Amino acid sequence: MSEYASILLDDPVWMIVVKGLLVFILCVLLTLAAVYGERKIVARMQLRVGPNRAGPGGILVSLADGVKLALKEDIIPKAADRIVFILAPVISAATCFLAFAVIPMTGKVMFFGEETIMQLTDIPVGVLYVLAATSIGVYGIVLAGWSSGSTYPLLGGLRSSAQVISYEIAMGLSFVAVFMYAGSMSTGDIVQAQSQWWNAVVLFPSFVIYVISMVGETNRAPFDLAEAEGELVGGFHTEYSSLKFALFFLAEYVNIIAVSALATTLFLGGPSAPPGLGFTENWLGGWFTFVWFLLKVFLFFFLFVWLRGTLPRLRYDQFMKFGWKVLIPVSVVWILVVATLRLLTQQGASQFLIAAFTGGVVLVVLIATSLYESSKKRAEEDARYVPEMPAPKFPVPALPKAKIEEVE
Amino acid sequence: MTGEVILFWALAPLTVLAALGMLLVKKAVHSAILLAFVMIALAVFYLVQDAPFLGVVQIVIYTGAVMMLFLFILMLVGVDSSDSLVENIKGLRGVAIFTSLAFAATLTSLIARATTGRDPVGLELANGEGNVQGLAGLIFGTYVWAFEIISALLITAALGAMVLAHTQKSPEARLSQRVRSTARFRGESIGTAAGLPGSGVFARHNAVDVPALLPDGTPSDLSISNLLAQRGDVQETKRYSLEGLPKLDGEDKK
Repeated sequence: MSEYASILLDDPVWMIVVKGLLVFILCVLLTLAAVYGERKIVARMQLRVGPNRAGPGGILVSLADGVKLALKEDIIPKAADRIVFILAPVISAATCFLAFAVIPMTGKVMFFGEETIMQLTDIPVGVLYVLAATSIGVYGIVLAGWSSGSTYPLLGGLRSSAQVISYEIAMGLSFVAVFMYAGSMSTGDIVQAQSQWWNAVVLFPSFVIYVISMVGETNRAPFDLAEAEGELVGGFHTEYSSLKFALFFLAEYVNIIAVSALATTLFLGGPSAPPGLGFTENWLGGWFTFVWFLLKVFLFFFLFVWLRGTLPRLRYDQFMKFGWKVLIPVSVVWILVVATLRLLTQQGASQFLIAAFTGGVVLVVLIATSLYESSKKRAEEDARYVPEMPAPKFPVPALPKAKIEEVE
Repeated sequence: MTGEVILFWALAPLTVLAALGMLLVKKAVHSAILLAFVMIALAVFYLVQDAPFLGVVQIVIYTGAVMMLFLFILMLVGVDSSDSLVENIKGLRGVAIFTSLAFAATLTSLIARATTGRDPVGLELANGEGNVQGLAGLIFGTYVWAFEIISALLITAALGAMVLAHTQKSPEARLSQRVRSTARFRGESIGTAAGLPGSGVFARHNAVDVPALLPDGTPSDLSISNLLAQRGDVQETKRYSLEGLPKLDGEDKK
């Protein structure tokens, strides 16, 4: 059993309850901050001021928004399936908090005279547990789309479920290298395994794949095809209003914070201080590590907002092609390389052999990319070829008494 | 009573009810939701009984992927589709009953063989090196061949499904948007690059059989479907044309 797990095991019941409550409060507060932060940052990127009415600098805008949402009329469409329509936002909002149970938010701290870690529990399959929680969360989106009883939500629900499932595969594959390096699937062990080097450095390709797939997983721009305003109105939540819409809204932001927190845990050393600042970990009796954790989460959140402010939305087929034909094969190859290197070092192979293997991999990658470049050139030439196109014609609906055979 | 017992007695009746409801409800999607509930409840049981890996994987694979695909198909089939109880293929009911009985018999015999006449080693021993490590040792050690053969079978089945479902696209449909756009601009006339003119433009009617009028008042053949033109269903545009257009300067001199 790992050190983290054994520290958490002797937590009294009252502390577990308090921690659960704290996690919930933290998530809701972070959501309020995230909504305000996103609107302000996007506004700055678009040379606007952003919200500035409620409170100093508009800081109360998300609170006012929440109150306004709650007071709106709650509409259930006649064509909707009532039970599922009400169930869907509940599923979404309830599952998004689950992931936080296994995220370590501080190092070792004293909490009312008891040594502990701000983490609800440390199960041996912690990271897989987060995957499981998100995969239940998708039900909220799919059922919302289905139960609304109209076309746009249905299409939005279908799109987002396909998207989340596809990107979950890439996401799961990006974990594998981390598991192999840490030798465990528990979040506590993974954080401890990064005491020397952060995984973001050692396993850089995994890090890149995870960051891309986490944007796809949370349905955020440039991958927000499920709620593409120009195509599907609001996507799966078109028919929702009032508190039910607020629940979806909450779930979206909590999910963003959850994947950011997971990225922090897996790749940026969790609550540990950045290299060279290790002495800060003992400030305030260890509580200062929470500041590092929050800073790293905010870093990822800023990345989300930055992407939204910068990139246009992808076309759906291109997006799917990217997920299945680029992200997944690249991660599989990367896992093979990491596994081989890991085995070579564990079996005590000579430095020469490891260097030769690494060189070989680099060579293969170089050859593959240069072949890809030349094939791209050929594709460019193919694109210049103009095929014989039939003359454009109008589509004509079948008319009564019309002669069937087409006369060209 | 331990927490495990309380959880079991709270969740087990609900699970059985959900499983029965899955068989009895009318709408296919409700059925799917209940099935998903049963799967999640089973996963919780696994988690409580010291099998965390199995529990979590049950949710990720069955609830997250397999059940989601079912829902996907149900949604594509139709929002209001409910089960029809008409037997479409003759004798299907008999086959279904026989297969389910055979499956039940297989499961019973397997479970009986695994449990009777053997001493269970206990969870402490099985999970001695950790639940995940123990499972990994069994899957990639003792039973590696069975595991590999089953995965080969699954991959073959997936490939077979892909081959069966694959349809050859017509050569015209295979052309990409980009190629089509280029071809329109490099074609004989650039006049149709932005699409054909709509019918009835500048005329007094906008029906599909009324040709559009060009700026000089003459009807445009391009604005009428070839099919209608050949069939002789085209209206006389002259009736709809604007009369008494002021003549442009120099038009008389031509």
